Amino acid sequence: IMSLFGEVPQATPVAVFKLSNDFKEDANPKKVNLGVGAYRTDEGQPWVLPVVKKVEKIIVADNSLNHEYLAILGLPEFRSSASKIALGEDSPAIQENRVGAVQCLGGTGALKMGAEFLRRWYNGNDNTKTPVYVSAPTWENHNAVFANAGFEDVRPYKYWDAEKRGLDLDGFLGDLESAPKHSIFVLHACAHNPTGTDPTHVEWMQVAEVMKRRKLFVFFDSAYQGFASGCLDKDAWAVRYFVTQGFEMFCAQSFSKNFGLYNERVGNLTIVARDSDNLKRVLSQMEKIVRVTWSNPPSQGARLVAITLNTPELFAEWKDNVKTMADRVLLMRASLQAKLQALETPGTWDHITQQIGMFSFTGLNPKQVEYMIKERSIYLMASGRINMCGLTTKNIDYVAESIHETVVNVQ
Amino acid sequence: MALLKSSKIISTVGLHPPLGVLSIRASSWWSEVQMGPPDPILGVSEAYKRDTNPKKINLGVGAYRDDQGKPYVLSCVRKAEAQIAAKKLDKEYLAIGGLGDFTKACAKLALGDDNEVIKSGRNITVQTISGTGSLRIGANFLSRFHTEARDVYLPKPSWGNHTPIFRDAGMQLKAYTYYDPKTCGFDFQGALNDISKIPEKSVIMLHACAHNPTGVDPRPEQWKEIADLVKKRNLLVFFDMAYQGFASGDIDRDAWAVRYFIEQGHNIVLSQSFAKNMGLYGERVGGFTVVCKDAEEAKRVESQLKILIRPIYSNPPMNGARIAATILNTPDLYKEWLGEVHGMANRIITMRELLVANLKKEGSTRNWKHVIDQIGMFCFTGLKPEQVERLTKEFSIYMTKDGRISMAGVTSGNVGYLAQGIHAVTK
Repeated sequence: IMSLFGEVPQATPVAVFKLSNDFKEDANPKKVNLGVGAYRTDEGQPWVLPVVKKVEKIIVADNSLNHEYLAILGLPEFRSSASKIALGEDSPAIQENRVGAVQCLGGTGALKMGAEFLRRWYNGNDNTKTPVYVSAPTWENHNAVFANAGFEDVRPYKYWDAEKRGLDLDGFLGDLESAPKHSIFVLHACAHNPTGTDPTHVEWMQVAEVMKRRKLFVFFDSAYQGFASGCLDKDAWAVRYFVTQGFEMFCAQSFSKNFGLYNERVGNLTIVARDSDNLKRVLSQMEKIVRVTWSNPPSQGARLVAITLNTPELFAEWKDNVKTMADRVLLMRASLQAKLQALETPGTWDHITQQIGMFSFTGLNPKQVEYMIKERSIYLMASGRINMCGLTTKNIDYVAESIHETVVNVQ
Repeated sequence: MALLKSSKIISTVGLHPPLGVLSIRASSWWSEVQMGPPDPILGVSEAYKRDTNPKKINLGVGAYRDDQGKPYVLSCVRKAEAQIAAKKLDKEYLAIGGLGDFTKACAKLALGDDNEVIKSGRNITVQTISGTGSLRIGANFLSRFHTEARDVYLPKPSWGNHTPIFRDAGMQLKAYTYYDPKTCGFDFQGALNDISKIPEKSVIMLHACAHNPTGVDPRPEQWKEIADLVKKRNLLVFFDMAYQGFASGDIDRDAWAVRYFIEQGHNIVLSQSFAKNMGLYGERVGGFTVVCKDAEEAKRVESQLKILIRPIYSNPPMNGARIAATILNTPDLYKEWLGEVHGMANRIITMRELLVANLKKEGSTRNWKHVIDQIGMFCFTGLKPEQVERLTKEFSIYMTKDGRISMAGVTSGNVGYLAQGIHAVTK
């Protein structure tokens, strides 16, 4: 019998998950997984934050809680406290009642909702031709999120300068100047994925100036707040600066990493509008999009985050847990750089400590990456991106030596 | 002193932002965004919440309530949660297709333990964001890969959210006769007539059991004829099963139509929800299944489903799926669950009987037999929109405009008042 799906082709697997799979199947006892972006302890183990364990117990013990549907836009106390985290408690925009939010399925879900809304309502109606700019390089799923929302023209903006291993500011500003008016720009709020390279404050101010003048749309992706510097406010500087500049904007937030709640899919799309009337209409349309996608979001993770953010002692404990994670990453950065310098590995390695957040763009090329995987069982992305969290005091020597050997033997 | 005072006044005026930026305020990216209408179903609950009448009744959304009108957390769910908490699991990302323990059990629940489809590995079942998420993934999949036909035929009427979901995914919506307003029952001949005219390869949506919103299900002999006709017409069957266990109280009985169709050689696609039958509403637990020709095809389809899921939400939430998997895979919890589902279905059947009895007591001479004949959470009362509006305005009884009431919202405490209201607007 002919099948209706006879012509469905086998899709290529998502790279980062395939990498984890290959790592799992590798029998080499020295193997190291520097692929997927999840935090690991110095024992190489996942870490459920102590504050999360505490709050889970609170939830389990609370018999007044049930599993009823949340509202379409999600748990109100989650949405408002999450937006406060991004914009700051005393944000004038919040005080002016022009900040709203949609609870979403992780950072991906927040990007998705924002993209779907923009395609329907921004720059006309259903204007699928509005260019969407994502950094070169960027998180690989950005392209698909916007393309699947219907945008026909997803393009790169210059960002990473491979030669100098830093930000290509001139290229970035140049693309902002030449972008068609009203183009959408996806900006990484901090700890750029995959390069770990963030603009400085002054550089962000330059970006904002061009975007304001050329009427470009600001869409922040904030997946690592707290993770970059260890300080929530520091990591939110760019987002907050843009708010002071009067932008109407979106900020997709993820609590996967900074709460370690990866699999509970806790995300928030923060919306900053001109005033509360515009905000109200925007939220009403967001509801319609949510309704045809997932109806209403999952309650467990949002509840957990809301309780934490709204209870002073728990909030303090959480900030401390976040700093623990950020500090370990900073330690591994310093360690790796020092070891490569000691080995006198060819090339410069300052970028390892200059970059920030979970990831580092090592500068290893695809051939070198292949060598690392095949010969040393060290798993990293073809782009040369490593997850610093995969490094531990126990494996860092092996990794440093392997990088050294690879750079020396493979060009 | 006077100088100080006046300078203070001047400075406050200068620092008063709203006055200064009023002119800029008017221009916004969103000036042309219209106010969206409230959701017809969920909007009912929101209106109910705002009502201050102590006698108000919410018969809008299909969420089960106990006889005190309270949400009911199943005992097997609480036990499963305790078991899970004791395991101290990590929170690492699930695979895109979800928790394996859940998806396997989910498929078994629908298709039966030793279904040949599962044994031969020719189904792919992915974890989804409850029933809505499952339908959406299904709609996206069909939109992308079922390019020979763009039409989805829904029963008339169908769940209100079916249409916008498929439309948003790029499919076209059509309908086949289903409900007979004269009998408040199934228009079998009408359905067969319409189905016989559906162009080949079109998608036909079937509610596996406890049709929403009417509560009217085909009888087994009628399902057999439908299956036959659908095969003749070469249609792609999309089953929506959101109430397995809730209709008759029996898991296998409620899945009979799904299993029969597969037995007859239909390679169906299937959406499942655990919102109602496990009371896991807000945890968003569901599954989407494609029954394929063979295991090889299932692998290809799986790879494409992942490609569809990733740009929407990357991977699904763990909590609810873990609870559901624990229940389905732990024999005594599973047994307890079957008992609780049976209990919920029974309470609803009792409420149906009580409502009819009370309507008679009120002196209603209308035929209310359909209230008892219909099955599942919902009852299509036959009330007209004007009557529904009166019920809401005058009695604070909330339901959807189509006259659908959620029997789960009826209790022995409010059934008398409900009968009063219905009688008042229909006499």
